[in-house]
Amino acid sequence: MLVAGPDLSKMSAMQILLIEDDVDAADYLVKGLKESGHQVERADNGRDGLIKAAAEPFDVLIVDRMLPGLDGLSLVQHLRATGNATPVLFLSALGEVDDRVKGLRAGGDDYLVKPYAFAELLARVETLGRRPQAQPVATTLNIADLEMDLLGRKVTRGERVIDLQTKEFQLLEVLMRHAGQVMTRTMLLEKVWDYHFDPQTNVIDVHISRLRQKIDRDFDAPLIHTVRGAGYCLRAPDPAS
Amino acid sequence: MRPIRLLDTTAFRLTLIYLGLFGVSALALLGYLYLATAGFMTRQTTETIQAEIAGLAEQYRTQGLPRLRQVIEQRSAAQPHRASIYLLTDPSGRWVGGNIDRWPDAEPGEGGWLTFPVAVKPDGLRTENRRAVAQSFRLRGGYRLLVGREVEERLQLQTRIKHALSWGLGLTLLLGLAGGLLMSRGLLRRVDGINRTTEQIMAGDLSRRITLNRTRGDEFDQLAANLNAMLDQIERLLDGMRQVTDNIAHDLRTPLNRMRSRIEVALLGDSDSEALRPVMEQTLHDAEAMIGTFNALLDIARAEAGSERASFEEVDLTNVVSDIVDLYRPLAEDKGQTVETSIAESQKLQANRHLLSQALANLLDNAIKYTPEGGEIRLTVADGPSITVEDDGPGIPTEDHEKVLDRFVRLDDARAAQGNGLGLSLVNAVAKLHGARLVLTDSEPGLCVRLDFRGRRNQNKEEYNHAFTRSTKVAQDHGQEAKA
Repeated sequence: MLVAGPDLSKMSAMQILLIEDDVDAADYLVKGLKESGHQVERADNGRDGLIKAAAEPFDVLIVDRMLPGLDGLSLVQHLRATGNATPVLFLSALGEVDDRVKGLRAGGDDYLVKPYAFAELLARVETLGRRPQAQPVATTLNIADLEMDLLGRKVTRGERVIDLQTKEFQLLEVLMRHAGQVMTRTMLLEKVWDYHFDPQTNVIDVHISRLRQKIDRDFDAPLIHTVRGAGYCLRAPDPAS
Repeated sequence: MRPIRLLDTTAFRLTLIYLGLFGVSALALLGYLYLATAGFMTRQTTETIQAEIAGLAEQYRTQGLPRLRQVIEQRSAAQPHRASIYLLTDPSGRWVGGNIDRWPDAEPGEGGWLTFPVAVKPDGLRTENRRAVAQSFRLRGGYRLLVGREVEERLQLQTRIKHALSWGLGLTLLLGLAGGLLMSRGLLRRVDGINRTTEQIMAGDLSRRITLNRTRGDEFDQLAANLNAMLDQIERLLDGMRQVTDNIAHDLRTPLNRMRSRIEVALLGDSDSEALRPVMEQTLHDAEAMIGTFNALLDIARAEAGSERASFEEVDLTNVVSDIVDLYRPLAEDKGQTVETSIAESQKLQANRHLLSQALANLLDNAIKYTPEGGEIRLTVADGPSITVEDDGPGIPTEDHEKVLDRFVRLDDARAAQGNGLGLSLVNAVAKLHGARLVLTDSEPGLCVRLDFRGRRNQNKEEYNHAFTRSTKVAQDHGQEAKA
């Protein structure tokens, strides 16, 4: 069940624009993102960042909130005003709930407080870059032989009906909607429980382990995978194995 | 600082304004008095003179000159001291009758009134010049009639009244001014006392306090008492901050030192990347723990700053508690513990859901950590509202109940190995933010933590002081964070 990291071969490279004025932090981010198989462009001030973001299509923008020239919030507001809907991840040293709300209101799609773990940033960037495009409202989610009926609140794997409690259902739904992507513990805590704090103990692990008991235990191919140092990933078994 | 100048003080300016108003009303009162006395006397004189003229003119019209002369002779004879004055002249201005011998040498004033001196012999010997007023009247046939009164006494009386009133006014203003000066000097002495003490405190002597005049217990004493209480609070907070700084330094030095030694030793040996890997992983783990500690400290500082109070909204404790129990129950069940809940319905209050959840998470986390396998954790939400978390763990000795709320306090290093010693500090800060009381009791065995939201308005004042002095610290924290 342990894999070394996300399987890069299955993920298409993303075009990422990093707008960050801290040169050291930017160097380290660019290196990490490139090693994860993505292409990264940089801008070190708000004005250049806005020009680049408007001129070329990107999959994700990573925007520091405090930038010289034009601050991150205004940058994203300008961009949204022109109809550009590229997903934005804000990076910020300001971590109060209010700041987060301001960032999301300005048009940001996610908000990460410094200092952060690179694995956390990577998982969030990949989730944003591969957001399902607006599609007709799905009533079922399918991964391999796992099926979730969103209307009937019913989950089946193979022939077997799996009985889940409310939070387990929500947790599985989030994992299925982001199948193939790494979800960190913090992301799961945010999306399923709407909590924005780090619990002292990893409560999420316990919930995942319960979910595994129900989804994976009696089947040959596990669907929920632990990504070391990052979080969890639900994906279909590799046909080759 | 130089001593306050009297003229610049509020007390003195108030005195002047008061004096001005007082002067105007005194002036109005005295003016009325003057008109009612001296004015009345003048009116009386003029009215009798006019009535007499009208009477004499009537006599002349109906009974002719001889009768008029006769009447004037009679009246003049009855007035040997010229208290009343009569004069009748013919068309060429010659004397015809009356008690003065010629037309007075004076210009007619307002209303045709003549004011002139008359010679009077009050005791029949001495001649005195006294002032008189008179009105003239032209009769048919060119005759002119003058009727007047000697008014020396009346004029002197009026002058005396005028003098008396002016003196009264002057004295009133003078006394008012003196009173104002005394009053503002008295006030200033006490303000100066407060200023002197605060200057000494600003110069660095934080132990100074303002002397109270306990016998009076007036507003100044209240001010002094409040200032003293504020100073006590500041001193306490400064002590607290010093202690926290010491603790932070100590608590972070240990893992930093561990990281440094680990890296140093690793660099001494063979530096191939496989050998370095576990070292770096350990170091990353330590760094994460330190970031966690800093985040917890920031959370506490934010809750203590009270700025989150602006984001209070109506929160149903029932939901908040149920949600957090849902999150933690599996963790307890994995340890074979049972979580008993008794949650009253619909317990609404103004709160910050985020911080409240975090505080509850810390309480449950602690309870699960310290309760032995197979133990029981009881969570109650009761009317009030209040939240109680009870565990079966070893508990905390009563004498340490206060202490564990401070930052970085771990009673037993062995059993708190995972924690950073900040969990209960955050709970305490969140309780204060919400004006709730945090009560620790022994539930024999185990610890019982109760968050009591009843009567939380009573604490507002203390809370305000607390928030006020804390906000500067948090502002500094933010500054540092922004630079990082």
